[in-house]
Amino acid sequence: MHSWNRYPVVAHAHILDVEHRQAPLPVNNTSLLAFGNGRSYGDVCLNEGGTLLRTRRLDRFIHFDRKTGLLACESGVLLKDILDMAVPQGWFLPVTPGTRFVTVGGAIANDVHGKNHHVQGSFGHHVRKLELLRTNGERKQCSSSENTAWFQATVGGLGLTGLITWAELQLMPVANPFMVTESKRFSSLDAFWDMNEEAESRWPYAVAWIDCVAMGRRQGRGIIMLGQHAPVQDKLPALKEGEKRFPLDPPFSLVNQLSLHAFNTLYYYRPLRRGVGLSHYVPYFYPLDGMLDWNRMYGRKGFFQYQCVMPPEASQEGIRNLLAIIAKSGAGSFLAVLKTFGSKPALGMLSFPRPGATLALDFPNQGERTLRLFRELDAVVRETGGALYPAKDARMSGEMFQSGFPQWKEFSKFIDPQFSSSFWLRVTE
Amino acid sequence: MQRIVIFGANSAIAGACARLWVAQGNSLFLIGRDSAKLEGLLADLHVRGAPDQCIEGVSVDLNNFNRHEELFAHAETAMGGIDIVLIAHGSLPNQQACEHSVDIALEEIRTNALSVISLLTLAANRLEARGSGVIATISSVAGDRGRQSNYVYGAAKGMVTLFMQGLRNRLANKGVAVVTIKPGFVDTPMTSQFEKKGALWAQPETIAAGIVRAIEQRRNVVYLTWIWRWIMLIIRHIPEAIFKRLSL
Repeated sequence: MHSWNRYPVVAHAHILDVEHRQAPLPVNNTSLLAFGNGRSYGDVCLNEGGTLLRTRRLDRFIHFDRKTGLLACESGVLLKDILDMAVPQGWFLPVTPGTRFVTVGGAIANDVHGKNHHVQGSFGHHVRKLELLRTNGERKQCSSSENTAWFQATVGGLGLTGLITWAELQLMPVANPFMVTESKRFSSLDAFWDMNEEAESRWPYAVAWIDCVAMGRRQGRGIIMLGQHAPVQDKLPALKEGEKRFPLDPPFSLVNQLSLHAFNTLYYYRPLRRGVGLSHYVPYFYPLDGMLDWNRMYGRKGFFQYQCVMPPEASQEGIRNLLAIIAKSGAGSFLAVLKTFGSKPALGMLSFPRPGATLALDFPNQGERTLRLFRELDAVVRETGGALYPAKDARMSGEMFQSGFPQWKEFSKFIDPQFSSSFWLRVTE
Repeated sequence: MQRIVIFGANSAIAGACARLWVAQGNSLFLIGRDSAKLEGLLADLHVRGAPDQCIEGVSVDLNNFNRHEELFAHAETAMGGIDIVLIAHGSLPNQQACEHSVDIALEEIRTNALSVISLLTLAANRLEARGSGVIATISSVAGDRGRQSNYVYGAAKGMVTLFMQGLRNRLANKGVAVVTIKPGFVDTPMTSQFEKKGALWAQPETIAAGIVRAIEQRRNVVYLTWIWRWIMLIIRHIPEAIFKRLSL
């Protein structure tokens, strides 16, 4: 078993399906962990030597109020299922990550965020209620007014507090499936900070692609992509549907220095539409979902994603230092994303989003070379008082985790005695 | 808009069919044994459907044969008629248990064959009188040849397949299509005892899409996935003198 980045590959004693939400948790002599759709990167959803509880069969909607947008559904429902059902009725997810192929349970357990964090906060802010099934058979209804501490432990709780069986989400109204978008080029990091600050005051969605190989004066050049839900339109454009699938496992990573330089230069100079345009929400939010199994592009060894956050006062210098180290290493990939989080405090004890700037990059797995680079980056992040994102991590040290998530000890009191994960053992032992 | 009755709606394959049909705007009447599961399915379908769409159901154990007639009447009242009948209930017996107990063997035959034949007879008469419609049943590739590992199940499914064949012949000129569905390995709760690896295992959603298509096209016999047509062609043609020695 592995997660989306195909590293690490881990053996489990049992892989069981949770058949329905009333079912009791299985009893065996190994530890348990829920596994949704396997779209996290690393070992946060893995449990070496233990039992994985696959939740994809918990895929039922329970209730949807078409007037208020309040949805109750089981935890294995994919965000895609919600959008397919709700968008035609004028409702949208208030927060969505960069793929629709994650489960509701996974979105809660990792307290995922989207391009609109500065307005809407993270996924947990829109969970009205959830049910937590513990191995002692207890079913806890948790919300911001009931079992509050359990709620705060479970949102962003990496699946360790028990099994989330269902949840109630507040959706937000939209007029149609389309987005008004604008993309603007910036030639340096300094230009980004100015452009981003101005943009965030006007646009609910803002994220920047960064050319991670550019050095010197060009360092941090990129394109900022802005969006908002389109108002009522007289006429809507047609949508070209269609998915492609990455067809094979290449013997080596197709992402390498050569392809990276070429791609990034082309991408940076790609012609941008002047002014605003209209885009369907699927290509806008989920460009990578159009290519199924894109993770195979990096070959059998898989890849890493490195995502950090650094506090506002330190983020400008921090990001500059990180990009300098990455450009010098020649590693990295097309996917390099920079965004600032808003000031809304996260709900979860272990939530990753916090005020500051977050940088995310994919790296092909080149073994020790890549890990050495990450240790260099870690030093910069730690210096600023930042943190790494557990949902994207396969290698951070215990010290790094504990310094980024000082509430981890308090949190650990809420862990179900029968639950565990490879990630948790790695960063706490 | 079609008016569709599903027997055994709690099965993973039937549930996936129901979702596809609801999305197309059809009316549904579902019959399942476990009432909690059925309520869960109905709630899910209500969210997926339009507010005024007819999505109803009752929970009944289909081994109560004397309730079959009333179920058809109930469905007709709820939807104002019946266009499509899908029979999807069944159980996967433990072969060893069937070998050691006549009662268990006969009970499995009752669940997987006799109750289906009762429903098919009633469905056929109703649709024949109307002169249109489709009757589809989930049989199995296991019904194509008896094997030591599950011949009680295989015999029941074989009976269903043969019965359907005759029914198809009877109704061919009456406007009623009779569709025999033969799935191979499907990753569902019914097969939870198996190690599900390899290309032959299909997801219930894939099988459901095949069933919905087969009914639309009024096909006769459909193997799902398609590869099973060729696998079973070979299996059916192995001479008995050799076949009886194989450990299948």
